[in-house]
Amino acid sequence: MTAIQENKLLDARGLLCPMPIVKAGKEIRSLEDGEIMKILATDRGAIVDFPAWADDTGNELMEWHEEEDGVLVFYVRKVEEED
Amino acid sequence: MLEAQATNITEEVVREIVREEVQRAFKKDPAKKKMVIISSKGTLDWAYPPLILATAGAAAGMDVSVFFTFYGLNVIHKDFERVLKVSPVGNPGMPMPMPMPDIVTALPGMTSFATGMMKRKFEKKGVAGIRELLDVAVESGVRLIACQMTMDVFEYGQDDFIDGVEFGGAAAALSEARKGHVTLFV
Repeated sequence: MTAIQENKLLDARGLLCPMPIVKAGKEIRSLEDGEIMKILATDRGAIVDFPAWADDTGNELMEWHEEEDGVLVFYVRKVEEED
Repeated sequence: MLEAQATNITEEVVREIVREEVQRAFKKDPAKKKMVIISSKGTLDWAYPPLILATAGAAAGMDVSVFFTFYGLNVIHKDFERVLKVSPVGNPGMPMPMPMPDIVTALPGMTSFATGMMKRKFEKKGVAGIRELLDVAVESGVRLIACQMTMDVFEYGQDDFIDGVEFGGAAAALSEARKGHVTLFV
């Protein structure tokens, strides 16, 4: 797996629903179109929530995986909404 | 020339154009981005669902309004830390540390015991508190609207609520709700 280089890291470990999504929604606003945010989470609900959130916001969930220690890692590319 | 072009437009082409236009219209549907929640319960446990959905919706770029009516007014009361409680009475679904006959759950002190237990449990698990969810809601532009009629009945004044609360009635709630696909009554 080629490592994806992120522009921003969001550590949402230890947070439960809805806070990982709330933080992601807030943090992604500071990114430019095409920039990448890496998110670390331990909430198992995030496995379903981040794909849904990405789909709803139009951002692209590039990849996600689970580390050996159970930490979930998501890479989201910001896609600016077109009007 | 025009006639020649016209004969080239087959039914299939027309259908394809219509499909694309309809998809584009759906994509831009503003109702997809609007959520209206009616929050009618005044206990600690039921304060969570409307605030969780509202903040998650705002985080996904939705325009969210929450109407607080009847006991739901407790959620945005200035003194919500004190007024939001949970009781095991009449709630066989509430997990208790040990099995308890119904009559025991009604003893004096059980409500504050259960409330303390829930708060500690949520904090230990890392669930956001009501204060944090309210802060996030206000910060992310969620409209918090108190029902004026129930305020009058319960004799609440506008000063009884946290900063940022608006006031309105059923018509205001419906006017928002009819513009959104997501409408929930909690």
